[in-house]
Amino acid sequence: MFARIVTNDFSQQGLYDELLAQAQQEHAGAVGAIVTFTGLVRDTNADGTIDGISLEHYPGMTETALTQLAQDTMDKFELRNIGVVHRVGRLHNNEQIVWVGCCASHRKSAFDAACYLMDFLKKSVPLWKKEFAADGEYWVEVKASDEQAAMAWLTPKAKN
Amino acid sequence: METILVIKTFAQVREVSGEGELEFSLDAHKTIADVLLSLKAKNEKWALALDGTVICAKNQQLCTPDTPIAAGDEVAFFPPVTGG
Repeated sequence: MFARIVTNDFSQQGLYDELLAQAQQEHAGAVGAIVTFTGLVRDTNADGTIDGISLEHYPGMTETALTQLAQDTMDKFELRNIGVVHRVGRLHNNEQIVWVGCCASHRKSAFDAACYLMDFLKKSVPLWKKEFAADGEYWVEVKASDEQAAMAWLTPKAKN
Repeated sequence: METILVIKTFAQVREVSGEGELEFSLDAHKTIADVLLSLKAKNEKWALALDGTVICAKNQQLCTPDTPIAAGDEVAFFPPVTGG
């Protein structure tokens, strides 16, 4: 497992290789599915174009919260391995912000785990995003849809 | 005897208050809520910084305003998170 806050850009291939190597060390032959997610900086927000973002964190607490979330996700979905990397600092449009990789025996657990981790990362890990627009800098407001996405995991689903 | 808290702020709370880290005399403050009241009374910038939804942490764990505090604790105030 790995959970890191980093400043520099990352290689998806490098992280994938690391994730798989760790999984095979402990669960050789039992990894049947890997889902990865990468989040990028868009060049627009609801009000128009932006010129990148900056991400602030709480050194120490952010790393602890990210590690805890990764561990919780691994336990909940019985994953073979999990990795998450989140950047902080000034990021330009189109740059990579976050990467998540989930290894499981079957695909559904891997897909669900990646969704779950991202939904709760947006709710429980101390990270704050500021956007740079032509007329100034604006902190991103919490979206109701992000709140609902996290809450949905806590609501029992009707059986199909 | 140490009677100081370390207070940290992040994002909007840091920018609006103008103070990212400060030492705070424990005095008669017994809970996080007591500290919030004193900071709001400190000046207009702090009153504004703590006006909206503010999340509290003690020693880097999320907590509620009724959480007790002691000398040497690190207390943080910040807005709802927006990573990802």
